Amino acid sequence: MKSVRKSQLLKLLGTLFAFTLIAVACGSDDATGTATSDCGTNTGVEEGDSVTDLTVALVAPSAKDDVAFTQSMVDSLTRLGIEPAITDGTFVVEEAAAAIRAYAEDGVDIVIAHGTQYGGSLAEIAPDFPETSFLWGTATDTQGLPNVYAYAPEADQGGYVNGYIAAGISVDIGVVGPVDAGDASAYVNGFVKGAQANGASAPAVVYTGSFSDVALATETAQAHADNGVGVLTGTSQSAVGAVNIATANDLAWFGTQSNTEAWESDLTVASQVYHWDVVLSTMIEQIEDGTLGGEAMVLTLENGGLVMEFNGCYDLESSLRSDAEGVIEDIIAGDITTK
Amino acid sequence: MSDFFTVSVLVATLATAIRFSVPYLLAALGETIGQRSGVLNLGVDGTMLLGAFGAYYTVLETGSHLLGIVVGIAIGLLMGLVYAIVTVFLQAEQGISGIGIFLFGLGFSDLLFQELVGTPKPIKPLPTLDKLPGVGGIFEPLVDIEHLGTLLFKHNLLTYLAFFLVPVVTWVLMKTTFGMNVRAVGENPQAADSLGVSVARTRFIAITIGSAFAGLAGATLSLQLAIFQHNLTNGIGFIAVALVYFGAWQPRWVMSGALLYGLVTATRIKWQSLDIIPQGASDIAAMAPAIITILALVLLASRVRGPAALTKPFTRH
Repeated sequence: MKSVRKSQLLKLLGTLFAFTLIAVACGSDDATGTATSDCGTNTGVEEGDSVTDLTVALVAPSAKDDVAFTQSMVDSLTRLGIEPAITDGTFVVEEAAAAIRAYAEDGVDIVIAHGTQYGGSLAEIAPDFPETSFLWGTATDTQGLPNVYAYAPEADQGGYVNGYIAAGISVDIGVVGPVDAGDASAYVNGFVKGAQANGASAPAVVYTGSFSDVALATETAQAHADNGVGVLTGTSQSAVGAVNIATANDLAWFGTQSNTEAWESDLTVASQVYHWDVVLSTMIEQIEDGTLGGEAMVLTLENGGLVMEFNGCYDLESSLRSDAEGVIEDIIAGDITTK
Repeated sequence: MSDFFTVSVLVATLATAIRFSVPYLLAALGETIGQRSGVLNLGVDGTMLLGAFGAYYTVLETGSHLLGIVVGIAIGLLMGLVYAIVTVFLQAEQGISGIGIFLFGLGFSDLLFQELVGTPKPIKPLPTLDKLPGVGGIFEPLVDIEHLGTLLFKHNLLTYLAFFLVPVVTWVLMKTTFGMNVRAVGENPQAADSLGVSVARTRFIAITIGSAFAGLAGATLSLQLAIFQHNLTNGIGFIAVALVYFGAWQPRWVMSGALLYGLVTATRIKWQSLDIIPQGASDIAAMAPAIITILALVLLASRVRGPAALTKPFTRH
């Protein structure tokens, strides 16, 4: 009897130990749609097991490690264990079009055209390569092309959450936007709505007119700082300049697209991170089953494509954090409209 | 609108304009020297990018701003030597050669950045006068002067250097033998040659010095922003070339153009941040600096004349 009890006790301890290990390993996973980094340990994404044998190529407008739009896609592919061929920095559409066509001609199975501006080129190229699947974003329709999948984030959702938290830190908020279009515009609009929902007056929004002009983003952030804001946010690869100003002026920062903690900013409170892998994995499954396109998919907090990553280094009030988690739940439940 | 016309907001706007204009000013001053010798360099932006990366990477690795600035200037000199050989000795078409230098700078700076750095890492920014190690305390009382302190004394040393170089370049061009030779080979190289002035050597030196200014302009940009990224300059080098025309090849007017461009940009940003310009008009507002520059060029074009031999290669007959 004693040996049976001892055996059960050992099993129980073993099970507890295993659960502890799992809990430690998954320590950064919190409520639905959120995650928290351990302070000082955010060193990037882990490569997952490869989900496909299909060959993949990525054409993107900015650098693959821009801590913004393009990196979010590279990170997502890494999570899926995919090492794509990459042509980055192709903001000039003609260059991107040449790269997209070249990959298709080389027989690549899936070509990701990661830029809204590539839509016109894709409309010309995709019909020439009916055996190739093209993934295009951010876009909400496939232009009627049977071998094109479209993808887009509901960036206003994470924007709303960030704005809500921001208003809990300071009622004076500055926004450094790039161009009033696409997911940048959606993020900013969601952010403004969230901030106002938590009692802030309308945040000061400045669109610099450029996705890449770091100098303008820097001076815009400085103008906000001079105006006395307590919180800054921004989007696009140019936002790195604004992050520097936030750091220099000890202002809280909210990121989007990728986790801006990578810019060595301890003042990043939270980042809305695009997990494109959520829709990519579905698309790849369908491609393997023979459906090369014809569908548009979106990233949301509900489907896990948008994840709010909180910075473990930032001392965010627990009540504000739990309020933010409540907001996320309400968005997922459809009780809050973020548009 | 009344928010804008408070002293503190006006001072902040002017201080931003000064800070913003510095890379434009340095690059345009260098281009002025080159163009006064008769050589157009459209590769300024590419040289700036290489200078910006060189300075950024040096500071990232060593922590020394001084070394970063030296590297930026050295890269500018090197690119100037290349451009001078191509345009003066090989007599290649200047416009195309300049575009080649730009594309090389754009691509190579990005390649180096991707290979050596990858994800943008901030570096320590250039200290303002009152934060200079060792001597910063001396300037603190000046910075504390209400409004004027922020406007005049809260900049980094490169800002003062840039504005100091305006009278220096003017003096060199107008009062020294070298400057006279530069102007002579830019106006009438045949006549200069007949008087024993080496056109090739004078242009060679002018291009190299001008390019060193571009390298310094790039270094200033990346060290002011404390970051480097793909195509960091975003066309500053091309605007600098336009500013030379705007300034009628006179350093003081080139400086005025750079300050005007900086002021329009700073005002636009400030007005947007204070909600004086509505959000819906942001795209139009973003075009304002370029529109004003183009208008100024159109108005000035008929009134000023550039160096007569600009863009013309020299061949001894």
